[in-house]
Amino acid sequence: MSLRRAPGFWLLLAVTLAIGLLPIVTGNPMVRETLYTIYLAIALAGSLNIILGYTGYISFGHVVFFGLGGYVGLYLISSFNTSIWLAILAGGVAAGLLAFLLGSAILRLRGAYFALATIGINEAMRAFVNNFPPFGGPTGISLHFSVYQPYGGATQALWLDYGILVALTLASILLSYLVKSSKFGLGLMAIREDEDAAEVMGIHTTQSKTWAYLLSAIIPGMLGVLYYFKNSSIEPSDAFNLASSIELLVMVMLGGSGTVLGPVIGAAGYEILRGYLLLSRLFRDIQLTVSGLLLLLVVLFIPQGAVGWLTRRYPRLRQVII
Amino acid sequence: MQYLVDGLLIGCVYGLAAMGMTLIWGVMDVINLAHGIMITLGSFGVYLLATSLGMNPYLALIIAGAVGLLAGMGIYKIAIQKVLDTSHLSTLLATFSVNMILLGLATQAFSTNPRSLDIDLGSITIGSVTVQVTRLLAALVSVLIAAGLTLFLKRTTPGKYIRAITDNRAAAELVGIPSQRMLAFSFGLGTLLAVMAGGLIATFFPFTVLSGDAYQLKSFVIVVLGGLGNPIGALLGGLVLGVLEGILPAFMSTSWVPVIEFVLFVVILLFKPTGLFGVKK
Repeated sequence: MSLRRAPGFWLLLAVTLAIGLLPIVTGNPMVRETLYTIYLAIALAGSLNIILGYTGYISFGHVVFFGLGGYVGLYLISSFNTSIWLAILAGGVAAGLLAFLLGSAILRLRGAYFALATIGINEAMRAFVNNFPPFGGPTGISLHFSVYQPYGGATQALWLDYGILVALTLASILLSYLVKSSKFGLGLMAIREDEDAAEVMGIHTTQSKTWAYLLSAIIPGMLGVLYYFKNSSIEPSDAFNLASSIELLVMVMLGGSGTVLGPVIGAAGYEILRGYLLLSRLFRDIQLTVSGLLLLLVVLFIPQGAVGWLTRRYPRLRQVII
Repeated sequence: MQYLVDGLLIGCVYGLAAMGMTLIWGVMDVINLAHGIMITLGSFGVYLLATSLGMNPYLALIIAGAVGLLAGMGIYKIAIQKVLDTSHLSTLLATFSVNMILLGLATQAFSTNPRSLDIDLGSITIGSVTVQVTRLLAALVSVLIAAGLTLFLKRTTPGKYIRAITDNRAAAELVGIPSQRMLAFSFGLGTLLAVMAGGLIATFFPFTVLSGDAYQLKSFVIVVLGGLGNPIGALLGGLVLGVLEGILPAFMSTSWVPVIEFVLFVVILLFKPTGLFGVKK
């Protein structure tokens, strides 16, 4: 992955880093909050893209990893007073483990059956956590203010939280690129095009799919800890909200699935647009309807997403865009 | 016993909603994510006709169903037809966008406050079991509609066309079946079933703009229980779910019921994807 072979990738990484550092340099918490939402979406959409875009499996309940990670992290922080670093690690491990265990079972299902199974798992998890006393049942877990003390108080902790988020976002873009440009990634894309043919060609499809699912779950698990640490509380209906899962699918679709750049553009575009709609007087009340209309237009007329449309229109861009 | 009967009656209505979903799934291989909002709109349709026009709720149900049929055909033409043969992701997102549009409008029009139609038709007591007449009627109407649909699919020409398309669309087109018209009609029928189920739910449960979502999830579970694309299986699956919801609370706290439901759902998908009453497609 030298600079000459993938200039587009390095440019993307540099721009993401530069914009991410902007609020840290200027010390502006308003800009930080705006970017927090956008970067969170980019990292989540990028992770989803590994199983959705590269492998072609529609993970409809992907938010389950985000929610589980958040729960594990907040449980450790509130009950054992662990550091945020250890909690993030644990969140990632928990999500990865869940994906590994589930993956070997449900990845046998194809197409819409898989999508339905992921919905079922998300709902089962939500209902289970609702009844699980260590995780606080229906009321969830709330962090005491004192957990922010080791990081220099709540204000400082928010900056730290944001810093880690930017790092994880960069990590997700890097991971996405590494998968796409590797032999493993080629195997995944072969599975996406024709799974039976891929198997005949000698790809260990079950193994590859499980790894792809695992890789797409770890970063969301870590992000869950970060997000709910900042939020200071977590509850089941919020953590396992199917609608936010679908929003992620929309972002990947908007930007163009199966590309490194697509989810980044889709997530940023979606969040910026939603922020604008929520603030604008005219659209505030019918925000959902307007978003729905836009989504429908994209699905009907540019199903390949922004990046797919661009590279089709201007084929020379294919040398730069990844 | 009481729980069992109540469960069976409500299960019929669940089954009706799920029949709509499974019909659409079977005919065109589309998971309709706009199903929940249609259930909600059915509830509101009947509610508005009954409260503001003073119409008999069961008459309102028929009108709502007819509007649902037309609306479903319209949705198919606008949002589904173009993406039908592309990927599952496209059809899922197309129906989801319809859901967003309608949900946004409905929230704007009706707010998220809970509503209820206060219909009291008394109750019937047989032995130790007391049955509310509204629930009994709802179950009866559901079974009638289900029977009607089955007859329609088995006996009439359009019904045979729909079954032919379910079996093999390309072959059906080759023998001259107007597939696009029939697909639109099937989507309309599926929507009609959702709307009527919603209307029936309004006659005995309170509801909000968002309550359709919960019924949509139940429909997923039922459709899988009964076998994807199998309308009679869906009705039976609805009964199973209704009975589970009625009986399980006797053994455990109510909040555990959804855990059982969704675990069962995943297990069936994994080990018996053709459903409990599986017929091979």
